[in-house]
Amino acid sequence: MGWRTIILQQIVNGLILGSFYSLVALGYSMVYGIIKLLNFAHGDVYMFGAFIGYVILGLVSGILGNGWAGVLVAMVCSMSIVGVFGVVIQRLAYRPLYSASRLCILISAVGVSLILSNSVMVATNGDYIGVKTAFTNAGIDLLGIHVTFVQMLMVSFTAALMVVLSSFISRSMVGKAMRAIALDHDTCRLMGINVYKIIAVTFFVGSALAAAAGMMAGIYYGQIHYFMGFLIGLKAFTAAVIGGIGSIPGAMIGGLILGMLEAAGTQFPHVGSAYKDVFSFAILILILIFKPTGLFGKSEIERM
Amino acid sequence: MSEEPSKLLLAESRLSSTLADRLTGYWRKAAESPTQKYLVGLLVVLVATLPLYSNNYVIEVGSNILFYIVLCLGLNITIGYCGLFNLGNAAFFAFGAYTTGILCTMGVNFWLTIPVAILVSILVACIIGIPCLNLRNDYLAIVTLGFGEITRLLARNLTITGGPSGLVGIPRPSLFGYKLRTVTDFYFAFLILVIIGVVVSYRIHDSKFGRALECIREDEDAAEAMGIETLKHKLLSFILGSIFAGVGGCFFAVKMASVSPESFMFTQSTNVLMAIVLGGLGKIPGVLIGATLLVLFPEIFRGIGSWRMLSFGVVLVLLMVFRPQGLWPDKYK
Amino acid sequence: MALLEVKDLTMRFGGVTAVNQLSFAVESDSITSLIGPNGAGKTSAFNCLTGFYRPSAGDILFKGRSLMGIAPHLITKRGIARTFQNVRLFKKMTVLENVMSGMHCRVASGVLGAILRPPGQRRDERKIRDTAMDCLAFMGIQDKRDRVAKNLPYGIQRRVELARALASQPQLLLLDEPAAGLNHDEKNQLIDLIDQIRRAYGITVFLIEHNMELVMRISEKIVVLDYGKKIAEGNPEEIKTNPAVIEAYLGKEED
Repeated sequence: MGWRTIILQQIVNGLILGSFYSLVALGYSMVYGIIKLLNFAHGDVYMFGAFIGYVILGLVSGILGNGWAGVLVAMVCSMSIVGVFGVVIQRLAYRPLYSASRLCILISAVGVSLILSNSVMVATNGDYIGVKTAFTNAGIDLLGIHVTFVQMLMVSFTAALMVVLSSFISRSMVGKAMRAIALDHDTCRLMGINVYKIIAVTFFVGSALAAAAGMMAGIYYGQIHYFMGFLIGLKAFTAAVIGGIGSIPGAMIGGLILGMLEAAGTQFPHVGSAYKDVFSFAILILILIFKPTGLFGKSEIERM
Repeated sequence: MSEEPSKLLLAESRLSSTLADRLTGYWRKAAESPTQKYLVGLLVVLVATLPLYSNNYVIEVGSNILFYIVLCLGLNITIGYCGLFNLGNAAFFAFGAYTTGILCTMGVNFWLTIPVAILVSILVACIIGIPCLNLRNDYLAIVTLGFGEITRLLARNLTITGGPSGLVGIPRPSLFGYKLRTVTDFYFAFLILVIIGVVVSYRIHDSKFGRALECIREDEDAAEAMGIETLKHKLLSFILGSIFAGVGGCFFAVKMASVSPESFMFTQSTNVLMAIVLGGLGKIPGVLIGATLLVLFPEIFRGIGSWRMLSFGVVLVLLMVFRPQGLWPDKYK
Repeated sequence: MALLEVKDLTMRFGGVTAVNQLSFAVESDSITSLIGPNGAGKTSAFNCLTGFYRPSAGDILFKGRSLMGIAPHLITKRGIARTFQNVRLFKKMTVLENVMSGMHCRVASGVLGAILRPPGQRRDERKIRDTAMDCLAFMGIQDKRDRVAKNLPYGIQRRVELARALASQPQLLLLDEPAAGLNHDEKNQLIDLIDQIRRAYGITVFLIEHNMELVMRISEKIVVLDYGKKIAEGNPEEIKTNPAVIEAYLGKEED
């Protein structure tokens, strides 16, 4: 009896964690696929989304309250604002460096990460900020565990975002261009595709998704902090690697897998919650050693 | 320099570098003349005799600068020479410091802990390096970053490392009966480390081994085609960086007489990175300048407090876009 | 025994067979060319020879020993050097430093030697420097030795790359499209240069090239690839009139 509830509870936990990881991992994979850069600052974009969402929620809650309506408006606003923000970052800190050495753009990404996290730190004085919403623990009791409406909504929202993203990538012109550029930059330029614009769109989408995850995390855990992007950045990277970096379905599935693994890992006697980060990191190292291309990634053979 | 938007599109920051180089051209000219020898000699004398004419506060700052120079020289070999983006340097530093801390509190002579710490550094560098050095630089950055964090978490949670409060009461070392206690004592200890570090760095740079590292940085496949065993060299550069950081950690532990996990946060790694990028990756005078500025900056701008890391981030991005070679000019044009 | 023997070399990438059961031999002290239309698999074959690709099947024998599974840097040590299709110099290093890198595998000192500087290491450094200067002098560019590689004109960069390959004291020199991007005079100089290399150093030269004039003038033997398979092999006269070769390049003649 006890085992079943524990497993079910961990599945729910895993789904929630997996949602966050997938959304952030998508941004990593998409940007890597298109410009072969692991956007170091992506975790901080997630954090930024949480904070922008919090601010907007505060602004609209006077009119709409902080229930579904307020949260929805704040979510949409946060996603758009942070999406644009991602494009601006890319324009200022990455685009001038596309033809420079790889190390330059990586160092710039570290700089952007520092700027994002520390500007929030200065603004909040390093405090943990509580996020108050009208959401309750109301939910349904299913098979011995309690699943809240909030949890169900978060998972469905994530799923919906992914469906939208998938159809965007496979059907729209921009989506097709993204896939083409991931395969061959120079030919795309010759074909008249405005590579810079598509890269900007990629950053917009990736950042918006991360912002969605950040805001959901803020609401779910009830508090936000300027350093929350750091760890999630590492974990989402792990998720992206599990699924195969550069692959969009890979990022989605990788996030889910990592979420489940982590939830399961908390139940191991020696791991517990203190070491769950070490556990995730160990997974990362193992994957990189044994199957660096992940589940869906392409093995790169460089043409000489 | 004018900030027309079109300049922002220049991937090669030639314009800004020529301007800055005209300013630093004086330095470059001095490098070729006997005046340089006198200037450098004067600088060395000033640095060596600092404790004679300064108060304890200045000596402490100087000691800090020298300590950071040691860390920066090490990371310079890994990132500056070999181009490997190691963001977890704080972990190597931690291993060195904790090794000395743990062994000294158990009664082992400090000077014996140094070779042990070196062995630990080599071991740790191999453990993280062998699986990961074949990865692309982007991956290596995040993996080393994760490794740094994991090290800190382990330090915080294990009992042998003293948990969150760390180790305290580490006994001070003695050298031939003289106990190293004062700020001045440690100033000279670090000065000796710096001298050794600078000599080793120069020797590595002007040798077949150092050139091989730079070839790997420039074009790994071409380097392999020229007969350079890339994995071995990458691992060696990693190990060298680890040893520098580890030994620096040993002395840090006995100088502070305590070690806590909070000294090894990610900010520690980014500080060292910023210093060598600011001064100029791969250039030893650049490393010296970068480390000096890193320590002096918060001393001069006292009120900066929490804005410090923010400004570091801004500096990094601006440097990469406008002057990627750092402050110290490149030797050849 | 031929210096280089390629036996049934096959290289598959996923569904594409880039090199298909290729067999040929390169004799010592000769100049041999590998030609074929674009995408015929020439550079893939080169990459197999130098150890950058692991062939799917077949064998490569150099001086009688198999090269299969040997790491690229060891292959260079055994005596094969190469240049690249798109010049791959070490951009931020000087010309001299670039050429000195060629001597890396010929000299034993390592990291400890670098730090401790025993007399043997200092001798090695002098030897590296002298050999590099010799190669630069041979290529006629010793006055450029302190210039940074990325700032040099294309023709000079090509020479530096050749000097670098020579510095590794190879017995077999692989040239990947050495004439690409050169003007008419530079091409003539290249022909003389290749001949001089063979005479002065006794190095066997094996090159990939698209420029037919160059190939015909300089080669003693030509191997022709199309879609990864060898379709002809012989001296320039034979190849020029070989119908399979003409068809591969120009397409079938309408009757």
